[in-house]
Amino acid sequence: MRQVHSQQDLKVLREEIQKARDPNQTLVTICTGTGCHAHGCMNVVSTFRQEIEKAGLSDKVGVRTTGCHGFCERGPLIVIYPQKIFYQRVQVDDVPEIVTTTLRDGKVIERLLYTHPQTGAVATYEEDVPFYNLQKRIIFGNNGLIDPTSLEDYLFIGGYEALTKALFSMKPDEIIEEIKKSGLRGRGGGGFPTGRKWESCRNAAGDKKYVICNADEGDPGAYMDRSLLEGNPHSVIEGMLIGAYAIGSDEGYIYVRNEYPLAVKHAEIAISTLKEIGLLGENILGTDFSFDIHINRGGGAFVCGESTALVASLEGKPGEPRSKYVHLVESGLWGKPTNLNNVETWANVPVIINRGADWYSQIGTEGSKGTKIFSLVGKVNNTGLVEVPMGITLREIIFDIGGGIPNGKKFKAVQTGGPSGGCIPESLIDIPVDFDKLTEVGSMMGSGGMIVMDETTCMVDVAKYFVNFLKGESCGKCTPCREGLLRMSQILEDITEGRGQEGDIELLEELGAVMKDASLCGLGQTAPNPVLSTIRYFREEYEAHIREKRCPAGVCKALITYEIDPDKCTGCGACKRNCPVDAISGEKKEPHTIDQTKCIKCGTCKDVCKFDAVTVK
Amino acid sequence: MAKVHLTIDGKTVEAEEGAMLLQVARDAGADVPSLCHNDEVKPYGACRMCMVEVEEGGRKKLVTSCTFPVKEGISVTTQSDRIRRNRKMIMELLLARCYKVPEIRELAQEYGIDVEHPRFQVSEETCILCGLCVRVCDEVVGVNAIGFAGRGPDRVPTPPFKEPSQSCIACGACVYVCPVDAIKMVQTPESRTIKRWQRTLPMKVCKVCGEPFFPEYQVEYFAKRAKNLPEDFFDVCPNCR
Repeated sequence: MRQVHSQQDLKVLREEIQKARDPNQTLVTICTGTGCHAHGCMNVVSTFRQEIEKAGLSDKVGVRTTGCHGFCERGPLIVIYPQKIFYQRVQVDDVPEIVTTTLRDGKVIERLLYTHPQTGAVATYEEDVPFYNLQKRIIFGNNGLIDPTSLEDYLFIGGYEALTKALFSMKPDEIIEEIKKSGLRGRGGGGFPTGRKWESCRNAAGDKKYVICNADEGDPGAYMDRSLLEGNPHSVIEGMLIGAYAIGSDEGYIYVRNEYPLAVKHAEIAISTLKEIGLLGENILGTDFSFDIHINRGGGAFVCGESTALVASLEGKPGEPRSKYVHLVESGLWGKPTNLNNVETWANVPVIINRGADWYSQIGTEGSKGTKIFSLVGKVNNTGLVEVPMGITLREIIFDIGGGIPNGKKFKAVQTGGPSGGCIPESLIDIPVDFDKLTEVGSMMGSGGMIVMDETTCMVDVAKYFVNFLKGESCGKCTPCREGLLRMSQILEDITEGRGQEGDIELLEELGAVMKDASLCGLGQTAPNPVLSTIRYFREEYEAHIREKRCPAGVCKALITYEIDPDKCTGCGACKRNCPVDAISGEKKEPHTIDQTKCIKCGTCKDVCKFDAVTVK
Repeated sequence: MAKVHLTIDGKTVEAEEGAMLLQVARDAGADVPSLCHNDEVKPYGACRMCMVEVEEGGRKKLVTSCTFPVKEGISVTTQSDRIRRNRKMIMELLLARCYKVPEIRELAQEYGIDVEHPRFQVSEETCILCGLCVRVCDEVVGVNAIGFAGRGPDRVPTPPFKEPSQSCIACGACVYVCPVDAIKMVQTPESRTIKRWQRTLPMKVCKVCGEPFFPEYQVEYFAKRAKNLPEDFFDVCPNCR
């Protein structure tokens, strides 16, 4: 692409791109996000290209690989434009049929459409799928429209219009005022008002200032920042450009996990293309504003998502946090004022500048404006990434968008906010989701992880899992986090293995309170949340483990026994054949029995029994 | 430097802007405990024992005084139920980690902890991970022979790759600064050994009195850093100079 040196240059370039494209052209967009990659989308892409060529449709039909559409459960996903026909779980073998039937003959293939599992309703178009039409995808929606490696695609949908508006018709103070007015709060977990952070950084003493994009997402099961940076890197970079201009910074960093190779690659491509045409570098669009971005790949330590640890890591030091009594906006990277925001926060910025704070702040609740992208995973039918307005209820997310719990099981709890979030029980499922409400019920927004649990989940076991995760990811610098997590993990281990004692719950609560109060950084301060929230809402489950040496959910191996109900057992022998330790005996057509001294409680017998004869006690 | 005014336990105090609260509070006579602080190195905030309550703009918060720069108008409390509760639990955790370390047992008892009946499982580590050895070696000595390896409870101060140190000058600063005597030094007429870093260095013998005085490598390191000193300056021990 040719260089752009002024507002007019960019306008002309955009108009040329728009004129050259026929809105009625048939276009196959194929999701090549991380989820669809795992489902084999790249083979689907290459088959499409071959088959279209074979059918002689190359001049009429385009193929576009896009970022994540969000409905990962149903991948590989394709959407055919201009009608927006939505096909799901598309395999290589389906491609020839799609090419001839849909692309050539214009007919829909029923088999590949989405059918609602409960109502049986069939959706032909993307907007008819409940998973999508109940969302509000102002940030994530563009992922499906563009090839993330194509600046042309981004310009086509209006990319960098917000930057132009900011540079040519707004003063830095006005931009900050607009962001403040929008009510945008940090999407990385802290929820600090973004505009106020920018303002502090702008006002901080010093000529050299940095802006940083935190893409060190590390919560187990969370991948919204990854998918945003992979699927629409320009939206993040445009946000950074606007932020840097408002703050008075000429240099930025994207700190991204090395385990996100596609995010790294797409960000690199975006940056080099922008440098080529002059949207990054000296005197952008002929103004006095200069800005450059570097990519720094993180080594994968969870704690490096904490802002001061991230900055230490950027400086080449061990990724350990420091006290934040002096904020990064005053003294951050190499001692210079530094403004750090999360991927999703940056991606919100162009939307706010384009559509205005008044429009933006209509979405959401009193204290939390806009939308939030959640990573909806666990025991839920529609696993994927969902973008919803703040204030939506957990029930709407899990049951209406998420499609409820698989296999007819009962909902038990949902954990929000990543490993150090809390578990919210069914009784609170109608609370509106926003920063303050989630904190009030003992959980948090975090970066937007949402793990759904059904009735077969043991809450003590869940708490133990997250405590062990955090124990391994704590940097170990401060006493309460390091030692507290170790002892918490030991107590939970004891409880789940039948060695729990009276007083353990109270000791966990006492210890948790001190970890919250006295830990150095956010990791330690929130680390006891999974334990404290499960005690708060599922105390009786802890008590059953401790007093009755019983795991009500039937999960903790040391506390359960598998037995065969002789009345139900038909003696088919399936359990006996599948038992890995030969613990099951019995004659054909006679009730079988389990030798408890040999049983390793793997649960295989229960899984394979067709007569529901295996019970857990 | 501008002065700021604050109150510490009800007493009005004047201090230099930007000074750390721990020192200001101690100067004002407050008894604030700490295990990871030393005036010779930068504030660190790891042990969390020096936590105090600071009231600022009507809001009370718990802060580590070693890393908190004093501000105009704040009101500081160094003893309260909340502070004691936190310090006591931290001592209980350190006792569980270093169950046999006399300094820790003694301090735990001061906080009213029943050391004979610990509530947590106990370990017999000797190091409380205050980081003073690592920081002194970096900030004071400048050798950087040790650092931290491992995360969470596996954190440990060590030479690179947990192998015998190749760069330790056996100066003994880490031994001196350790609050719980976890780094042992063995001194013979011929050599000095820092056991934890597996470093043994021969001793330099004084040209005049014939007595060993410093490890040889340390002398070389000093000589390299020294400016405007005669070349044979370090051939003679401080006593004979």
